[in-house]
Amino acid sequence: MAFKVKDFNAWYGEKPALKNVNFEIPEKSVTAIIGPSGCGKSTFIRCLNRMNDLVPMFRVSGEILYNGTNINSNNLDVTELRRRIGMVFQKPNPFPKSIYDNVSYGLRIQGISKRGILDKVVEESLKKAALWDEVKDRLNASALALSGGQQQRLCIARAIATEPEVILFDEPCSALDPIATAKIEDLIMALKQYYTVVIVTHNMQQAARVSDDTGFFMMGELIEFDITRQIFTAPSNKMTEDYITGRFG
Amino acid sequence: MNRKTLSKWFDSSFYVIGFASTLIGLAILAVLILDILFDGAGRLGWQFFTSYPSRRPEAAGILSAWIGTVWIMVITALLAIPLGIMAAVHLEEYGRKSWLTNLIEINIANLAGVPSIIYGLLGLGLFVRAMSLERSVISGAATLAILVLPIVILSTREALRAIPFSIREASYALGATKWQTIRHQVIPAALPGIMTGIILAMSRAVGETAPLITIGALTYVAFLPTSPVSAEFPFISFQGLFDPFTVLPIQIFNWVSRPQKGFFADAAAGIIVLLIITFLMNAIAVWIRHKYSKKIRW
Repeated sequence: MAFKVKDFNAWYGEKPALKNVNFEIPEKSVTAIIGPSGCGKSTFIRCLNRMNDLVPMFRVSGEILYNGTNINSNNLDVTELRRRIGMVFQKPNPFPKSIYDNVSYGLRIQGISKRGILDKVVEESLKKAALWDEVKDRLNASALALSGGQQQRLCIARAIATEPEVILFDEPCSALDPIATAKIEDLIMALKQYYTVVIVTHNMQQAARVSDDTGFFMMGELIEFDITRQIFTAPSNKMTEDYITGRFG
Repeated sequence: MNRKTLSKWFDSSFYVIGFASTLIGLAILAVLILDILFDGAGRLGWQFFTSYPSRRPEAAGILSAWIGTVWIMVITALLAIPLGIMAAVHLEEYGRKSWLTNLIEINIANLAGVPSIIYGLLGLGLFVRAMSLERSVISGAATLAILVLPIVILSTREALRAIPFSIREASYALGATKWQTIRHQVIPAALPGIMTGIILAMSRAVGETAPLITIGALTYVAFLPTSPVSAEFPFISFQGLFDPFTVLPIQIFNWVSRPQKGFFADAAAGIIVLLIITFLMNAIAVWIRHKYSKKIRW
């Protein structure tokens, strides 16, 4: 198990966002988090690498254990945690720099500046993100000149470059067209041989296509967590069934 | 006239009135520039830039004034830019919302609107008298630095705020610290905006007269501040910081107040030089903003 979530609660100020969440996320597989808007699925995934630290008034209780360590413990180095748990966001957010500088940034801030090492990591990361062939002749071009789908794969390459163990995807395709979406989905399925993948998605077909396990959130609660096929064919909870059959949400 | 034709008439007449108002401003500026060019263009020449002021208008020049202006501008920039950027980064990136930061923010916004002569009095009391720096380059530059500091802070904050949060998120998610995120992502992305603000602040400082007269800058200077570099050991000298000085606007002010007709031409020529400097600085600022606003789209 990569993550063990125990009695986990979260609040934005006084407003509860997650209520008593308990489940385990397995290693080297794809776990999808689905649910209607405002159900807490994005809040949850951002707790896994403590991105919510940036939100004023945000607080949590309970535990999230990553490889046995409580990630909310005070003496944990959060920059080290984020290096090991990469993240790809909803909207592609490349830095306004070259493709090369985007991918190598994660290593540069660790103090790695040897050109040979950087070149190798940039190439390997772009290959793993299925972008190398499209950009290998223009690594010094601005990342902002790429298309939306290419930018998102660049963001994936950037996350891969720091050699994380987990990659979190927060609705990675919601700003992309169907062809770019298909490419990202193929990529996610290929990445699970190296990484633990957690993906938040609005799109139930996407969850069904790419994931091994699925968790359904509603109103801050984890309603059901099971093998993806089970969730989409024979959910045990009435609310899950109503949601996946499109009766609400 | 019925209502419809009346509102149509208003519609077109407001266009004419608005256009005329714009023209009045432009026309006055054009007349002013033409008048000055007519009076002063004849005096512009090598001799004008390489001569000290003189009792004879045809022999007078702006050597001590333009070198003084360069001195003051360089020192003002060295003082105001680092201070202003650091203050803005602190307020924008580190400052938590509290009554104290609110108070600081209101104060900075107000300081940008304080009349410049007040800064002159501050400089006189603080730098010239209390710190005994006399009427020197460093006193003048420090006074102007305080004067433009609010402008640098406000425009830098504006530029930092324009950087989307998603860029910071991307950096943090890769394991960057706050300082690394600011140093490697936020400030470089905001640099065009910061530069624009700095140049506009400096172009304000270059024309300031009142605060420098208040601290007692000389109006008749027939020598230069000690050169910062020399051929003899130790090659670098900071003595110039503590020497008296004059600047272009003060030299112009001095010539305008002289009764002889010839000094009018000198003043006009000085104004042309000053105008060209300000126009150039503003043009660079506009160019930077234009160049980078096209290049970066979020």
